[in-house]
Amino acid sequence: MASIPQKVVHQYLRHNKKFPHVWCAGCSNGIVLGAVIRAIHELQIPKDDVMMVSGIGCTSRMPVYVDFNSLHTLHGRAIAFATGIKMVKPNMKVIVITGDGDATAIGGNHFIHAARRNIDLTVLVLNNHIYGMTGGQYSPTTPEGDFASTTPYGNIDEPFNICQLAMGAGATFVARGTAFHALETQTLIKEAILHKGCSVLEIVSSCPVIYGRLNKKGSPSRMLENMRDNSINIKAAEKLPPEQTEGKIIRGILKKDDKAVEYYDKYTQLVNRIKSKNK
Amino acid sequence: MAKEEVKAPQELEKDWVLMQGNEAVAKAAIDVGVKFFAGYPITPSTEIAEILAEELPLNDGVYIQMEDEISSMCAVIGASLAGAKSLTATSGPGFSLMQEAIGFAKISETPCVIVNVQRTGPSTGLPTKPGQGDIMQARWGSHGDGPAIVLYPDSVKEAYELTIRAFNLSEKYRTCVILLMDEVLGHMREAVLLPDISKFRVINRLKPTVPPEWYKHYEEDQKYLSPLASYGEGYRFHVTGLAHDAHGFPTNKPAEVKTMVTRLKKKITHNIRDIVQIESFMMEDAKVAIFAVGIVSRAAKSAILKARNEGLKVGLLRPLTIWPFPDEAVQKMLRNVETVIVPELNQGQLIHEIERLTKDKTDSDIVKIQKANGELITPNEIYKSIKEVI
Amino acid sequence: MSKNKKCDKHEVRLSGSGGQGLILAGIILARAAVHDKKRVTQSQSYGPESRGGASRADVIVSCEEIYYPEATRFDILLALTQEACDKFLFDLREEGILVVDNSIVKNISLLSSKIYEVPFTEIALEQLGSSLPTNILSLAFLVKISGIVSEQSLKKAIEESVRSAFIDVNLKAMKLGFDLAKKYK
Repeated sequence: MASIPQKVVHQYLRHNKKFPHVWCAGCSNGIVLGAVIRAIHELQIPKDDVMMVSGIGCTSRMPVYVDFNSLHTLHGRAIAFATGIKMVKPNMKVIVITGDGDATAIGGNHFIHAARRNIDLTVLVLNNHIYGMTGGQYSPTTPEGDFASTTPYGNIDEPFNICQLAMGAGATFVARGTAFHALETQTLIKEAILHKGCSVLEIVSSCPVIYGRLNKKGSPSRMLENMRDNSINIKAAEKLPPEQTEGKIIRGILKKDDKAVEYYDKYTQLVNRIKSKNK
Repeated sequence: MAKEEVKAPQELEKDWVLMQGNEAVAKAAIDVGVKFFAGYPITPSTEIAEILAEELPLNDGVYIQMEDEISSMCAVIGASLAGAKSLTATSGPGFSLMQEAIGFAKISETPCVIVNVQRTGPSTGLPTKPGQGDIMQARWGSHGDGPAIVLYPDSVKEAYELTIRAFNLSEKYRTCVILLMDEVLGHMREAVLLPDISKFRVINRLKPTVPPEWYKHYEEDQKYLSPLASYGEGYRFHVTGLAHDAHGFPTNKPAEVKTMVTRLKKKITHNIRDIVQIESFMMEDAKVAIFAVGIVSRAAKSAILKARNEGLKVGLLRPLTIWPFPDEAVQKMLRNVETVIVPELNQGQLIHEIERLTKDKTDSDIVKIQKANGELITPNEIYKSIKEVI
Repeated sequence: MSKNKKCDKHEVRLSGSGGQGLILAGIILARAAVHDKKRVTQSQSYGPESRGGASRADVIVSCEEIYYPEATRFDILLALTQEACDKFLFDLREEGILVVDNSIVKNISLLSSKIYEVPFTEIALEQLGSSLPTNILSLAFLVKISGIVSEQSLKKAIEESVRSAFIDVNLKAMKLGFDLAKKYK
């Protein structure tokens, strides 16, 4: 970590384009973007090999700011576009940037099927528990009882646990980080990118301007501190009795299966098999 | 769906072969260099997917069956941006699901081809019966104000030729091209003599010649053609469904947005002579013209031959490109004949375009034949109509 | 056939229910016509079911370009169900040939010298051990009776169109169909 973090980030931004960014003051998206860039930098992946694909939402504006191959798609569909790219350019590192609504509501079908196929995508789901861009409607991860612009009397929906959903659907790398634990998250991003197969990394994020305000979560820094206070690393959690970890956000790698064959590799195996048979 | 197991013939005659419409599309796709197909099974287009599932792995291509038509269309766009000629095939219900992403292909100016083998609608309708209900959806189905190139074959041979042409136009003009087919054509077989692919001019997208730092994803020349880089080749461009500037970066500046929407329109209108193809059948001395597309035009030709045997002066004008609409040819027809008969397998779609172009009282009378019950319009029905108007 | 002019158009409808192999029979007939260097179209109509439901295949053979691909006035009608026979009988040309499976079709409301009533299904069961090749048996019968395609071309088309494991039984069915036709002619 010899380089000054800010300097590293600057090397990867499209300075001449479209700044200032769209994110509100206090939003944690910038922290996560910094972690993504530093992870890519530390892995020494050439910019030309990085493909960043996003859907629609605050989080999904990320690709436009960075000097990679970038594709800002339709609401919920980033994974589907990314699947097409990966199958044509298997050597590219395809990173999907998505949010809780984008990935698990409108894009839920693509999310589970990418996990099922175990296609080599790195899916970063920034979970801020709300639709920020459209003004604060509740999402599939808004906790029960919480307020949003469309739950004026409190939310009655049961929220998704994104990591459990990904594991259940067959993703072979599943992890969780938070915006507060930026360096830990940076390591998780690196692990997710290095994993060959469908990696899902949920990053707990904060939307102080809407979600925070509607639910009286305090200042932006208070919301980040809440991530610190209400989460626990899985290694520490394993040593504790269940009652002490109940209700806490479990951080770290929740699943890692290196044996499962990745989807493009399976396709290549199939092609080789039929070609050798036809000879 | 009901489908019989048919083994492909081992050795065919050297020249004529028996081929199915859907098979011709799949064969053309392989011949024109398609390297990516994403789709979802739906009658009556499924044979295209089945054949490509067999052929693409053997031809350095990728076949993937997606979770729905939405993702199929998105994967096709992604694959095209990564450099592969890409195709999907579907029918009405799936075509509706694809509309959002079709708009993305249009605004992002990404080449790709969508085959819609139409069935009777609305909704699930009659999955195994023909209908021409998607003519307007193919033009206006996606929200917003985008361009459309839509081709419409009437025979197995033409299904092959227009698939190649669809790719040529999509690669040249950087947009999605829709190939509309009739269920009957998708499923029917006929004896065909296909020209060798070497007889066709295959157009591939222009690649940028400038270094990456000079590259603009939406550079344009006077013909509204622009080079297209692929992801992963050093250009690191940005693509978005938002209104964008010449670099592809989002913009809401009215002047930049105007440039973008104007280019989307002008690249079609400016090149309309290159895009529009029509067939004129026995029109030289015709007093009555039939205006029909696809399978209906074949019933019309049968009827015309019968009428001509009786000395009735009747002909057919058939667009192979239905969008952009061949205004010029239709206006000429409206000036030259007394009556235009418009038979179509719907409750009135093509007729609106004909009526739109009928401005003058001296223009022809218009007679419609419309059928949307899953049956074809027969030669006899058209013949009767000819007899009534002459 | 009644019309001997070489370039006459012949319209054939093979009708019955789904699962009887009529579309395959249509494809085989069309393929045989291609081997005879004829123009041909083969179209079909069927419901969503894989088995059961009305099903038909139309084959039009000509020396000239064929425009409308559906048979409207049949030169040959094969009916393997009563329903199909009742429905399509009246679109048979005056000189047209009607072939029915009289193990299934019991009533024919038409008098003509060109009606052939043959218990195809029963014969297939008895002599081929299965009702499955009924389609080829009846197709071969009508080919022999009408001469719409050559016998060699039909054989070649069968060999090309059925899976290798079923070629023998289908060729047997074809030969049986030819022999039957000799008896009925």
